[in-house]
Amino acid sequence: MGGLGLREVWRFAWRGITANRMRSSLTVLGVLIGVSSVIVLTAVGTGSAVSVQQSIQKLGTNSITVSALGGGRFSRSANSNAKQLTISDATALNDPVKAPDVKSAAPVLQANGVSCTYGNLSSSPQSVIGTWPSYFEAANSPVSAGTYWTSDDVVAGRPVVVIGTTVASDLFGTDSPLNQVIRCHGQSVTVVGVMKTKGTTGFQDGDSIVIAPITFIQRSMSGYGSISSIQVEANSATTTTAAMDEVTAIMDAQHKIKAGGSADYRVLNQASILASSNQSGHTLTVLLGIVAAISLLVGGIGITNIMLVSVTERTREIGIRKAIGAPKIAILSQFLIEAMLLSLLGGLSGVLLGVGISHFTILGVKPVVSLSSVLLAFIVSALIGLIFGGWPANRAASLRPIEALRYE
Amino acid sequence: MTTQTATQKSLVVKVEGVTKVYGVGETAVHALRGVSLEIEQGEFVAIMGASGSGKSTLMNILGCLDIPTQGDYWIRNLNVAELDEEQLSVVRSQLIGFVFQSFNLIPRTTAANNVELPLAYQGISLHKRRERAREALASVGLADRGGHEPHELSGGQQQRVAIARALVTKPAMLLADEPTGALDTQSTKEILELLHEINRSGATVIVITHEEEVARAARRMIRLRDGYVVEDVKWVA
Repeated sequence: MGGLGLREVWRFAWRGITANRMRSSLTVLGVLIGVSSVIVLTAVGTGSAVSVQQSIQKLGTNSITVSALGGGRFSRSANSNAKQLTISDATALNDPVKAPDVKSAAPVLQANGVSCTYGNLSSSPQSVIGTWPSYFEAANSPVSAGTYWTSDDVVAGRPVVVIGTTVASDLFGTDSPLNQVIRCHGQSVTVVGVMKTKGTTGFQDGDSIVIAPITFIQRSMSGYGSISSIQVEANSATTTTAAMDEVTAIMDAQHKIKAGGSADYRVLNQASILASSNQSGHTLTVLLGIVAAISLLVGGIGITNIMLVSVTERTREIGIRKAIGAPKIAILSQFLIEAMLLSLLGGLSGVLLGVGISHFTILGVKPVVSLSSVLLAFIVSALIGLIFGGWPANRAASLRPIEALRYE
Repeated sequence: MTTQTATQKSLVVKVEGVTKVYGVGETAVHALRGVSLEIEQGEFVAIMGASGSGKSTLMNILGCLDIPTQGDYWIRNLNVAELDEEQLSVVRSQLIGFVFQSFNLIPRTTAANNVELPLAYQGISLHKRRERAREALASVGLADRGGHEPHELSGGQQQRVAIARALVTKPAMLLADEPTGALDTQSTKEILELLHEINRSGATVIVITHEEEVARAARRMIRLRDGYVVEDVKWVA
């Protein structure tokens, strides 16, 4: 019964496609654009999420930041009752009894609007901070050349700095900046070390930084007031949560905050920032995916359209085929395979194009192609052929031969 | 092919009290008002009538392209009314060979592939198909035209390809609807000669026509008027 070889039907379908090359290629193009945009856009979404995660991870997952609410040093009016952070807060956090999970805590004092010069070269670091040596470990910031200054330097308030690679290249190019004297905010300071490259996060250049002993910054640039934040390092990534609880308890005591009262400081952990950035990265990927899916849908509608035209155009041919004994299944599969071929051709070339485009950096993001998005786009394109081609194919197969033959 | 039983003698077609009504109520058109006829194996029948006589409707019913409103139709020993769509397509594929006025070859498809097509739908292997298509084309005198597409052939040649396509399955009957309607005198003569030859070799041929000249080529003439059989004569050629 209708034992028509599958190869035969494929040949009929292929002939149907090649009979109108221009129309077929435009239809394929619709699916191609849909599939490749799914792959590229989800790759861009994933890529940007990955790059944000990497730069956060560089900061260290067991570091905790304590910052004042109410905006810091220069906006006291925002919360007049809020106490600012002080050096004594940082000292209190270095308490092995009350805070056994805290490895170290270092105050961070930010000096604003400072520029540094060396000879006739200058650099305006995004941040100039004063701190303690433990900051380097807490912020996961080892040096790549030289060393960092010591507690002695803090006690003596010596003019020594560790600079980031951006500042180093601004002032010294490829020369070694070690033991050179530069001028920052009118002060002569000696470079003792260069930080390892940290990379850029959005507009934040992690390498445009100058780090000096806090006592030196207080004396020469910012005065002896409150500090910007406290950088705390937990013993390990697993004890970060315990360390955060200890920090909160000590800070509550320091700031005389009663149980249940609202704190005037904030304790932030990199892991929680990582989690929220994962969340937003995921949202971005989903959003881009939806946009791409819509274009894939439009490609599918293109297939339906072209198949309907094709069925109408070949109504008479369908009538002839039926009159000479073609069973319904043969007509159905001929048109279904035709639609599937169109969508699979589009899907295949879309995958190639999408993966190809994803090798380039797009909008500053290195796209990360996921196998699942490639598979999904490909399978969906095949299904599109089946679903969107199914209706016209069924219409063709259900035509009554007598009416199909009369069709002009 | 189905074997003949003694009781059915060698009947190919048996039509009993067939009516066909298109539409309903006041606009209903009675194309056939009760037609009965029998056609035996090996006959050469012309079904004649003016346009509107119901001959095309009868042809569609004989070809299993349409079903009667009332009455019964047996092809060989099969009651067509009892067949579903799937089985009807098998009947069309195995028992009926169609020839149309407008040739109805599949465009952009070579003559050989057109002739092969009914065999493809029967699931016959490529190799056998090629061979039988070549034989069929040779039998209509177009052995050297297998690679040509329909638009590269003359009207008479196209109709001969169509006849080859109808014959390639060795059907119980060849059903030709105005086979010479679109042809010039010379081609008409050739096609009628070909139909004769086919009939002489044992095939049942039914020709629907309104031309006396075509009808004269047959050995039996059934005339329809207003949906009734008004004349049924046989003669010896």
